[in-house]
Amino acid sequence: MDFQWSVIWEALPNLLQGARLTILIAAVGLAGGLTLGALAGMVRTYGPKSLDWLARSYILLIRGTPLVVQVMFIYFALPIIAGVRIDGLTAAILSIIINSGAYVAEIVRGALLSIPKGLQEAGLAMGLPFRKVLRLIIGPLAFRRMIPALGNQCITSLKDTSLFIVIGVGELTRQGQEIMAENYRAVEIWTAVAVIYLLILTAMAYGLKYIEKRMPIL
Amino acid sequence: MSMVEFKQVVKSFGSLTVLDKVDLSIEPGEVVVIIGPSGSGKSTLLRCINALETIQDGDILVDGRSVRGGKEEIHQIRLEAGMVFQQFNLFPQMTALENVMFGPINARGMKKAEARALAVQILGKVGLEAKANHSPAQLSGGQQQRVAIARALAIRPALMLFDEPTSALDPELRHEVLKVMRDLAAENMTMVVVTHEIEFARQVGSRLIFMEGGKIVHDGNPVELLSNPPSSRLKDFLQHVH
Repeated sequence: MDFQWSVIWEALPNLLQGARLTILIAAVGLAGGLTLGALAGMVRTYGPKSLDWLARSYILLIRGTPLVVQVMFIYFALPIIAGVRIDGLTAAILSIIINSGAYVAEIVRGALLSIPKGLQEAGLAMGLPFRKVLRLIIGPLAFRRMIPALGNQCITSLKDTSLFIVIGVGELTRQGQEIMAENYRAVEIWTAVAVIYLLILTAMAYGLKYIEKRMPIL
Repeated sequence: MSMVEFKQVVKSFGSLTVLDKVDLSIEPGEVVVIIGPSGSGKSTLLRCINALETIQDGDILVDGRSVRGGKEEIHQIRLEAGMVFQQFNLFPQMTALENVMFGPINARGMKKAEARALAVQILGKVGLEAKANHSPAQLSGGQQQRVAIARALAIRPALMLFDEPTSALDPELRHEVLKVMRDLAAENMTMVVVTHEIEFARQVGSRLIFMEGGKIVHDGNPVELLSNPPSSRLKDFLQHVH
């Protein structure tokens, strides 16, 4: 078979546009997911029973269902139930937020619990309120321990955006699919798509490595 | 007014009673050494003073403030009582100096430059000014514990609580920590020390308390109690720690 570089060259503008959307969904989704996950994780670790129950249910629901089902629900079912129209991009971002949030919550909880109790007591014994102990002592230490696991989650979530092909959001995979449907050049197009993902994720891995080096686990 | 006053204090973990109607008062300037077998309640007694443990009945007053008086009272009590732990519990992400500056800045609201000057001075007092920029992991156990003492002193407490401060240390490192404690006692700091260091009790303690089963069994002059144990139980215990 002949590998035609010109096919890739022609498809590149559309593929890069898709890549931009992939990065946008992942970045906004993960920013939200990390925030939601941090909150849910802290509630799971330190919160009162009533809130803990809520956080547990959320985590059970999200981890117990596939992401595709979640985004289908948000995109197709939620408008019927709640009567609000949600566009594809919003549904995609929302899915990443709630999905990654559940996994991040457990990462946060695990890291918080791994910090020796004595450090918390040392902070409290100085007269610091628990909030400050968490923000100034336990939080920063726990964060360092979370970095490898959070890195995994970021990588997973970025790749999960390819599933949004099902709701027609023009992210990278969808762009590839659409171009291929026109020109039938599967080898060139899927190679190009794979390489673009690889480049994005390699950059991400290097970013994580840099952060980990700056903030080693203590 | 007493520095610390226990009134019929009961502390229990579930169905296990750890402190059984304890009465005790500690006067300013006293160095009270608490000994006893493990599980006797000595560490718990110490941790109740600054409300790291909550009590179920009775009351503890620290400089007139009740540990059951709510958040603000507990905050004031903790500012007044510095604590040193068996496991040092230094903050690993901070240098020795930053550990000592931490309390003045975050608990006392001191300006950074002022806190730095204070921390340098206190580190000097425990003989570690040269290690100011080392992280805890770069220090020996004895040095870490001295930084921990400096950190507790930096909030300017009126009372120091020591929870087995030398138990996690190699024998040859204990003396440097005990020396710092001895210096503190010589400055008239009120101290409550849970320990197995009988020699420290004899030489530095102004009072010795022997606990067993959540009760204070003996409370008196260390030299007298140690050279002439009034009960066979204390005699047995002393033979075992030596």
